[in-house]
Amino acid sequence: MTMDLQIILPVLFPLVGVLVNSFFGRRLGERGSGVFASLMVALSFGASVLLLRQLSAQPHTEGAHGLASQLFPWIQVGTLSVPFGFQVDQLSILLMLIITGVGLLIHIYATGYMHNDERFPRFFVFLNLFISSMLVLVMGDSFLMMFVGWELVGLCSYLLIGFWFSEIKNSEAGRKAFVVNRIGDVAFVLGILLIFTTFGSLSYTEVFKAVEERGAEVAAAVGTITLLLFIGATGKSAQLPLMVWLPDAMAGPTPVSALIHAATMVTAGIYMMARSHVMFELAPTTQTVVGVVGGLTALVAGVIALTQWDIKKVLAYSTVSQLGFMVAACGVGAYTAAVFHLLTHAFFKALLFLGSGSVIHGIEHNPKTATHATGGHGGGHHQGIDPQDMRNMGGLKSRMKITFITYLIGGLALAGVPPLAGFWSKDEILVSASQSNSLVFWLLAVTAVLTAFYTMRQIRLVFFGEPRSREAWHTIESGPQMTIPLVILAVFSVVGGVVINWPFEAILPAHALSHWLEPVLGKLEVAHFDFGMAGIFSLLAIVAMAAAYFMYKRSYNETVKQEPLEKLGPLYALSSNKFYLDDIYRVLVVIPFHGFATVFAQVIDKNGIDAVVNGIGGAVRNASLVLREIQTGFVRSYGLVMLLGVAVLVAWFVFTR
Amino acid sequence: MLSLITFLPLIGAVAVVLAPKAWAKTLALVASLAAFVVSLFMLASYNNAEQGFQFVESVKWIAQFDIGYKLGVDGISLWLVMLTTLIFPIALWFSAGSITTREKEYYALMLAMQTATLGVFLSLDMFLFYVFWEFALVPMYLLIGIWGGERRVYASLKFFIFTMAGSVLMLVGILYMGLNAGTFDVEQLAAGRMFVASTPLFLAFAAAFVIKVPLWPFHSWLPDAHVEAPTGGSIILAAVLLKMGTYGLIRFNLTLFPDASREWSWLMITLAVIGILYGAAVAFAQSDAKKLIAYSSVSHMGYIVLGIFTLNEIGVQGAILQMVNHGLSTGGLFLIVGFIYDRLHTREMSRLGGLWGKMPVYGTLALIFTLSSVGLPALNGFVGEFTILQGAFLANPTATAFAALGMVLAAAYLLTFFQKVFLGQYRGDGAAHADAHADAHGDAHGDAQGATALLDLNWREVLATLPLLVLCFVIGLYATPFFTAMSASVQGMLASSGLAMR
Repeated sequence: MTMDLQIILPVLFPLVGVLVNSFFGRRLGERGSGVFASLMVALSFGASVLLLRQLSAQPHTEGAHGLASQLFPWIQVGTLSVPFGFQVDQLSILLMLIITGVGLLIHIYATGYMHNDERFPRFFVFLNLFISSMLVLVMGDSFLMMFVGWELVGLCSYLLIGFWFSEIKNSEAGRKAFVVNRIGDVAFVLGILLIFTTFGSLSYTEVFKAVEERGAEVAAAVGTITLLLFIGATGKSAQLPLMVWLPDAMAGPTPVSALIHAATMVTAGIYMMARSHVMFELAPTTQTVVGVVGGLTALVAGVIALTQWDIKKVLAYSTVSQLGFMVAACGVGAYTAAVFHLLTHAFFKALLFLGSGSVIHGIEHNPKTATHATGGHGGGHHQGIDPQDMRNMGGLKSRMKITFITYLIGGLALAGVPPLAGFWSKDEILVSASQSNSLVFWLLAVTAVLTAFYTMRQIRLVFFGEPRSREAWHTIESGPQMTIPLVILAVFSVVGGVVINWPFEAILPAHALSHWLEPVLGKLEVAHFDFGMAGIFSLLAIVAMAAAYFMYKRSYNETVKQEPLEKLGPLYALSSNKFYLDDIYRVLVVIPFHGFATVFAQVIDKNGIDAVVNGIGGAVRNASLVLREIQTGFVRSYGLVMLLGVAVLVAWFVFTR
Repeated sequence: MLSLITFLPLIGAVAVVLAPKAWAKTLALVASLAAFVVSLFMLASYNNAEQGFQFVESVKWIAQFDIGYKLGVDGISLWLVMLTTLIFPIALWFSAGSITTREKEYYALMLAMQTATLGVFLSLDMFLFYVFWEFALVPMYLLIGIWGGERRVYASLKFFIFTMAGSVLMLVGILYMGLNAGTFDVEQLAAGRMFVASTPLFLAFAAAFVIKVPLWPFHSWLPDAHVEAPTGGSIILAAVLLKMGTYGLIRFNLTLFPDASREWSWLMITLAVIGILYGAAVAFAQSDAKKLIAYSSVSHMGYIVLGIFTLNEIGVQGAILQMVNHGLSTGGLFLIVGFIYDRLHTREMSRLGGLWGKMPVYGTLALIFTLSSVGLPALNGFVGEFTILQGAFLANPTATAFAALGMVLAAAYLLTFFQKVFLGQYRGDGAAHADAHADAHGDAHGDAQGATALLDLNWREVLATLPLLVLCFVIGLYATPFFTAMSASVQGMLASSGLAMR
């Protein structure tokens, strides 16, 4: 098998799924189309594993480019030459495995979750398209190829957020996501344009080589480029000030939230910065900006997550907050730690989202209270309670045992309790931050404690106590298609951290991830495990969780319904109103733009430009009325006017020569 | 061969007039398809490496002024010719299902217009060019005036006056130049090229072209013309007629007056960027789907003018490719709007909604054309847009930054369009029809068709969109052959006019 074909196989399989389900989805039926789509992702995962094996066989040196293949020249204009090229190296293969591996689990889960949806095959078309697009994003060998994937995953996100489009608020959320992302994309494109203008190429290999060779000479340009790229990252990875789209994106079906808006797409910004670390390292100002923005985002989103009632909104803000951790890690130069956290977060956050989906599904579809025997979710035809509002839950611990246990594991991993996955990666980020930027460190440190608190608040409200609604009372466990992926992800959430980047020289090889990534990220300073810091943060996490557990046990149960955080007054208002970010945008951007557009359309274009034009038109019409009296039609009269005018002008030219 | 391509449609037009009414559709389609087939042969034997004109045909016409009948094609006009020969059969194919009054005249005029537009792209004599240029005006004027909507008289008149105003100035320029130089031959004029009055001449030509494009602030005829024109006419107007303007800017302004082009590029770039943003903002505020797409053309054509006046190879090639792309995606979008107008007799977006659920095939096709227009990678629009922006960035980074904001606005207004028409709740047959009646359009086929249930696209309609759709993907994924065919000519033009100095 040639390299060309082999390298593109992971992208091709899901594309086959797209085509087959587009044309034959209805005929395949629900079972057929779901199985086929999942199978294609499984094959894509298999192809990625084969590439991993091949990559491992290569010499493991810095500056090696891994496996690469340029299929055909995509754009070729003058000096601008962009091949349709792919590259698989130590960084991209990790993401490929996450995309296809976690992607496969979520596909399987979705065959259960989307059961009886009227557009079941279409859902899998979009999901498969997403897998292909995301693979293009991480496998492309140039900035423009990355941008191709970048935009296509944005499209899939748009389509899937608004999947239940008959509810207009869902399509609104999709459109908001796309448009807000495009703001970042403009910066990304300008960055790409400046890269080409500066280096005459867009391919990673050539650009990074040129950056290293020319160093200080191009530092100014690289400073601008990295800032522009980072603005692009704030769009896709939902950082301040562009984070507003991600919470709304929860309007999509829950498997989508897990796959796209937690595990894969939203980490594209981190991938982009890690990929271009050579440039970011040359731009200290950008680095500082990145670190502070990441830290601030982590804190702000963490504060907002404290007071949300929607089970998915809590997870959404938590995702924004955790992405802030990763971005901050990039900002302090700890790219390995950022990638490490990206990987562990993919496990435990996908787990939490799928778990929340299982809860929502259970509340909506339990046999006793389901208002509709068939039909999917979110169709807007619910008469009953809001199935995502945690105030209506409680007591699910005994009703959904598998969901509960796996959710608890995911929550503990998120809170950073040792020895679960999140503990190791978060610790590495905190250690790195403490060594380079104390502001960033303190922002993250506070956030870490908040994380533990809101996680336990959620677990307590959903699973403990007594049910607070009839629906919650009758909820039963979801089927195996949904629980098996939960169990698998839970296993990864437990051992993922230890296996991937165990920090000690004992039992397992130490710092496996850091060493694996050396060919791409270079030999970075390995963050040493700090027992003091790890101990303090573990303790803080456990204390915060205990505090949350007992606070909500006392003040929010079947008899008392009092949000204890309301006592914080203005701070509570700030948090529950999401720092008024959406309102600020509405006042500063949306309303002015609508105003301008309307004024342009209704006043200027109708009365300004058109008035002038119609004035002339009127004058001509009057003239033509005169002419019509000499029995000429419209067209001919203009012809006449024209000829007369021309004659005059020609005469003028001739005589003034 | 070029004469055959150009005049086959006109021969068809004569045949349509002479033959019985029942044959009109078929004859028209056959004639325009014949032209398409011949143009494919031309494409097949076109030599990419050749800088100058190919398949040149030259006959003396008015010897006294050295006016000739001279046709030729090069890399600048090649794809526009192909676009024209492709779009006309599609527009005629669509019209076969929606034009029911005065069919003979309609098809004859469409074919006449095809000859005129092909003549514009192929003429190598300025006098001949002008003849075709004016000749293209009349059929469109009549198409809007006879088969148009409510305000068709106003719209057609406005269209006529606007374009005529620009043409007159150009005619003066042509006559002045031709008489001065003693020849109307474009190649000879380009080779001689020393015009004392280069700025006034540049402006005279630009006047005709920017109105046709239309460049902001000369655009106000376009929305009116589009809204009133029948769908077939709108497709031709957007896909082909507007390109006459941008083609003229390259063929005449850049080639004949390079110094003035450089001197005035700031003005053109400024107007182009204003047009990109202004057109997008106004498109956003529209409630009529067709008007929205018309304003989107103002924005998109702004990109093309921006690309042209980067005066570098990347920008100009991007602009030429984007002319084709705009023809494909906007032509497609007008088809999309046409389909629904034929069914529900409204284009008012507040009365539509939820159509993706009702008509899945239709919705999916509409989505693809919308995304092509948004400039989504893997589709054609992105390649053109990115290339233009790259060219522009080399020439003027500040202007490029503003132009790039158009990307956000395009997403905003096009996705709003898609959402209002295809997403949300379907408003039900009853409501839509009640509104359609209140609309009281002059269309002949109203009630009979309106009473039937809302059906998804039939094979005839899908077939009309298919060539456009396929090309959107082909150009989006493999643009190199399209650039390769034009690069020698564009390089040659830039080098010989001394513009290529980057």
